[in-house]
Amino acid sequence: MSTRLARQGRLIDRSRQIEFTFNGKKLKGYAGDTLASALLANDQMLVGRSFKYHRPRGLVASGAEEPNALVGLGVGDRFEPNQRATTTELFSGLAAQSQNHWPSLEYDVGVLNSKLFSRFLTAGFYYKMFIHPRPFWKHIYEPFIRQSAGLGKAPETELKDADSYEHFYFFCDVLVIGGGVAGLQAAKSAAETGAKVLVLEEKSHWGGRTPVDGGTIDGLSPEAWITRTLAELEAMDNVTLRTRTMGAGVYDHGYILGYERLTDHAPGQGGPRHRLWRIRPQQTVTATGAIERPLSFAGNDVPGVMLAAAMRDYLVNWGVTPGQKVLVATNNDDAYRTAIALHEAGVEVVRVVDARESGGGELADRVRDLGIRIECGRAIAKVKDGKRVTRVAICAQNGEGGAREEIEADAVAMSGGWSPVVHLWSHCGGKLTWDAAQAHFRPDPERAPTGHDGRPFVGTAGAASGPLGLAEVMADAAAAGARAAEAAGRPARTARTAPVIATSDVTEAPMEPVWLMPARADIDLRMKTFLDYQNDVKVSDVQLAAREGYESVEHTKRYTTLGMATDQGKLSNINGLAILADALDAEIPQVGTTTFRPPYHPISMGAIGGEARGEIFQPLRKTPMYDWHDSHGAHWEPVGHWRRPYAYLRAGESVHDAVNREVKNTRDALGLLDASTLGKLIVKGPDAGRFLDMLYTNMMSTLKPGKCRYGLMCSENGFLSDDGVVARIDADTWLCHTTTGGADRIHAHMEEWLQTEWWDWKVYVANVTEQLAQVAVVGPNARKVLEKLNAKAGGGMDLSKEALGFMEWQDGEIGGFKARAYRISFSGELSYEIAVSASQGQAFWSALIEAGQEFGIMPYGTECLHILRAEKGFIMIGDETDGTVIPQDLGLHWALSKKKDDYLGKRAQVRSYMADPDRWQLVGLETLDGSVLPDGAYAVGNGVNANGQKNTIGRVTSTYYSATLDRGIAMGLVKHGPKRMGEVIDFPGLEGKIYQARIVDPVFFDKDGEKQNV
Amino acid sequence: MLILQCPYCGVTAEETELHAGGEAHLKRFGPGSSDDDFHDYLFMRENPRGIHLERWRHVSGCGKWFHAARCTQTLEVFGTYSAQTTEPPQQIKDAISAKRPGWSWRDVSG
Amino acid sequence: MSEAVSALNGASFAGLARVEETGLGGMITLRGDFTSAGFQAAVKAATGCAVPELRKITIADRGAVAWMSPDELLLLVDYAEAEAVTASLAEDLAGEHHMAVNVSDARACFTVSGAAAREVIAKVAPVDLAPGQFAPGDFRRTRFAQVAAAFWLDEADVFHIVCFRSVAAYMFNLLSTAAHPQAQVGVYS
Repeated sequence: MSTRLARQGRLIDRSRQIEFTFNGKKLKGYAGDTLASALLANDQMLVGRSFKYHRPRGLVASGAEEPNALVGLGVGDRFEPNQRATTTELFSGLAAQSQNHWPSLEYDVGVLNSKLFSRFLTAGFYYKMFIHPRPFWKHIYEPFIRQSAGLGKAPETELKDADSYEHFYFFCDVLVIGGGVAGLQAAKSAAETGAKVLVLEEKSHWGGRTPVDGGTIDGLSPEAWITRTLAELEAMDNVTLRTRTMGAGVYDHGYILGYERLTDHAPGQGGPRHRLWRIRPQQTVTATGAIERPLSFAGNDVPGVMLAAAMRDYLVNWGVTPGQKVLVATNNDDAYRTAIALHEAGVEVVRVVDARESGGGELADRVRDLGIRIECGRAIAKVKDGKRVTRVAICAQNGEGGAREEIEADAVAMSGGWSPVVHLWSHCGGKLTWDAAQAHFRPDPERAPTGHDGRPFVGTAGAASGPLGLAEVMADAAAAGARAAEAAGRPARTARTAPVIATSDVTEAPMEPVWLMPARADIDLRMKTFLDYQNDVKVSDVQLAAREGYESVEHTKRYTTLGMATDQGKLSNINGLAILADALDAEIPQVGTTTFRPPYHPISMGAIGGEARGEIFQPLRKTPMYDWHDSHGAHWEPVGHWRRPYAYLRAGESVHDAVNREVKNTRDALGLLDASTLGKLIVKGPDAGRFLDMLYTNMMSTLKPGKCRYGLMCSENGFLSDDGVVARIDADTWLCHTTTGGADRIHAHMEEWLQTEWWDWKVYVANVTEQLAQVAVVGPNARKVLEKLNAKAGGGMDLSKEALGFMEWQDGEIGGFKARAYRISFSGELSYEIAVSASQGQAFWSALIEAGQEFGIMPYGTECLHILRAEKGFIMIGDETDGTVIPQDLGLHWALSKKKDDYLGKRAQVRSYMADPDRWQLVGLETLDGSVLPDGAYAVGNGVNANGQKNTIGRVTSTYYSATLDRGIAMGLVKHGPKRMGEVIDFPGLEGKIYQARIVDPVFFDKDGEKQNV
Repeated sequence: MLILQCPYCGVTAEETELHAGGEAHLKRFGPGSSDDDFHDYLFMRENPRGIHLERWRHVSGCGKWFHAARCTQTLEVFGTYSAQTTEPPQQIKDAISAKRPGWSWRDVSG
Repeated sequence: MSEAVSALNGASFAGLARVEETGLGGMITLRGDFTSAGFQAAVKAATGCAVPELRKITIADRGAVAWMSPDELLLLVDYAEAEAVTASLAEDLAGEHHMAVNVSDARACFTVSGAAAREVIAKVAPVDLAPGQFAPGDFRRTRFAQVAAAFWLDEADVFHIVCFRSVAAYMFNLLSTAAHPQAQVGVYS
């Protein structure tokens, strides 16, 4: 059984007991425990079920590489699936649930998968099964697999994450990722040059694994050295140290993401839960250490089989042992340290099985001296299946698994050698080289990732570079730190501290690669030998893929799903490659590795989103009258980032009713529209007229000061992009109105042409959209209300037809407000658009509302605006246009100047396709029964296309119920439309109804424009 | 995430402050141009693996357009330069030549 | 004429740093040729300031001038004076190509002050805010999370931020969120 020992546990505080639950069961741990160590202390060997076969699984590792111990953590609005027990710090009240089982962890019917279907759920199972026999999939396989597959449960959809998150931008000379002894040494070497250094450590404590492994540094124990070095670094102004912060990813041009977990160990304490550091170091040093590889033998996934160094971590760091009778299997000397540690802790080591014929070195001798039996050239044939280790069969390594000896054991410590953590080095293109002596890929310093200046920007330090011995690790780290500082422009000073001298306590015998135990294991064994624990990929799967012709490692990865789980193959990668290489009869370096992609370890979606949630999810643009609208029943419509009132709802009124009321009232009495969102661009300079002639299809240079002109803008390929009224202010100044969504876009469009094409033209542009609040005063009583305001103020600008004619503007005062008034109309009514300063917008609006009571004033929203303009046949950018429509399609020939040699879009509009008479053209549409056409509906004509679908001959672009006319009205683009006036065409709607509509003139109301010209 | 130095305000800006504007040094064809010339101007773009000349705008900054000479393969930036030019200045060409002797892009070369 | 009102009417928040909407300020966008003697004289006459160096702000008693781009300055004057100063700039520069536009009402202005001010801003802007890297008199246009902003630091270590008026509420909530009392980073404070 696994249990807490009476002694040891350098990271736990035995005076502080912590209660937590696992699957509802109350358990106890200590401050400093991880969830993993606390589960082991409570003999909870079984922590979850595997993804595909629902095999019982236990802890394999002690860090981020753990593939099995994924749990659902927290409850309610703090629940999160797939959290690793090994990286979860224990806290009081922690509630964890195991995953992938039904009905319970102990008794899972899904395990049948393993028994009944493991023959079928092999590599490429889904690909093969989709093909035949088809009926089997739908009714037999799919329901069964859906019930059993999947990793964890998603949080409840109705609940919102209770926590907050944030980003933080940080710049430094040298970033060191990893706070083990190598990281600390690299940081110190870099910082001594004066470089600004940031050090990130993903765990809550510094020093990494060296205190577990032992040795001396600068004559000190690792722990003493770590304490001293930390104190030195903390005392330096140019060094920033962060624990619980993982270097998550390395990106182009040296951009690094750090993932700080602020309250995961103390949920609900307030403040952000995670902080995403967006770091721009000059140089990055990855001191990310190495990960031990599992050994591939049958039953290597039975709970109790654990990495040897992880077992040592649990003993030394947390004082727990996974078993009482442990068998150690290895191909290198390091695992002997585990045997010694177990022995010293009073745990029986039943056997050390060393695959090497020649056995181990000094450490092996020490183990032998402790009276532990060592067998060389031997292998594990099989660990007996079950929910924990009970029996282990051993055999000759160089064989097929015969002549087994069975040994009783309740845990297995395995070591297949070590691989440096090269992920961060590789994220941005750092290349690897095969180190045959260590049987691992390590960073090739000659082929580092390069940045904006073409120079390397990532270096590695310590075990992450490849060396495993403490002396080499420390020397490498010191050099890496200094090198990084120099590359960041901080050359070493003359007075440097003495080079660090470290020693491990022993010399080790060379490891021997062992990719399969035993070397020629038969198929029964290989089918129980797991490479990728999380995705249930076995040795036999990779071999099958190779037999089926998969040669590329990237293809094999996808076909078998090897390394595609949330652990990204941290444990399985090299072992899988080796099996594939063997099956292909190739060398491992020739097979190569798959691509390492960020993040190193999953990070929360919350951290990525940062502060952008709730009210600040997205900027919401508000006009100066926003609050008034909001308190007067505004039903909001998003228009870009703006919010505009769609309609103002009165008590008990539906949106539809409100819109109809607003339409009628504006036509009959007086309406008020907040038009502040319309873009307003000032264009000024000696060449401004010439410039606007190029931008608009119409002639703007000839516009007289005091006058307005409606203008169209096209893109260079001829399509309509924006429209609006242009007012000429003075000899060299124009004011261009754009659509609400167009202000920033058209401003940018103008700047682009001025800066990149006509840079010798003297024109300046300024966006004054937000300087002004603009109010459209619309309806038969429009002039009356404005004149009343003037009368109250004792004077103001003359707003009579004679003084301010249609399509004219004037500066002056209205009701005591400094204002610019435009006689323009988008409704067909008598209409003034009045611009006042934004800071007075609300006051002006309120004055109008008050003065307008006797004239029946009502505010109206965007839907009423749309209906009013549609009744008049005015086009709307974004409704009648969609980026493929040219002015000619809309019958706007009158707005295309024939006098100009050039304007943006002119050349494109004579391309053959643009001049095609078959292009769909704008018409009005009236349903025969008065109903409202569905938006976007297509008209069908005779015949069918190549796919057997009916030919389409047009589509609806705008469609409304017109309260003025009490019927549906619409505009649309129809093939040969203007020549087919009076014809009736069919628009199939949804649910089978066919709308019949007559082609009519698009101007439905007041065709002669009598209402606006008063 | 790329960083480029804006030649107008001197800021070394990260990509989130910038807006990519596609290929540099396009020659505009207007009314009277041939169908082929106009078609190429509108639609035909270089997509090199290697040296590329591009337009960028420091949109969340000084607002100015500028040019960048960049390697699309290694992302190395050889330099940024004024938008008000129809070809890269000699200094930029030299910077590219120093790293990629014998380079060419459209009809531009070292 | 009725009283002018700023977007948030002087809202404030106290957390890691103090965030405050500072009300209406006079602001003029001035574009022209910085090398022209007439231009320099007009700027001096309007504000008492010289044309600032690249990405700097010059501050005098009557006003301040910030470097926006190679052909654009932002002149800061009294709100009540903005109209008149804009008009006199136009007069002074009548002979040369320029643009002077009053944008006082198009903007919202904030200050962020206190020991953690640098950290608060470093949460939302991709700018190095280390003390040696961003100093009093520095002026920077960038983005604050999702909106455009310009900011500078004064001699009293107070950050001044200018953004568009329509997003004033977003900016205030953004800065207040970043200044949450329990969200200290501890790097610059």
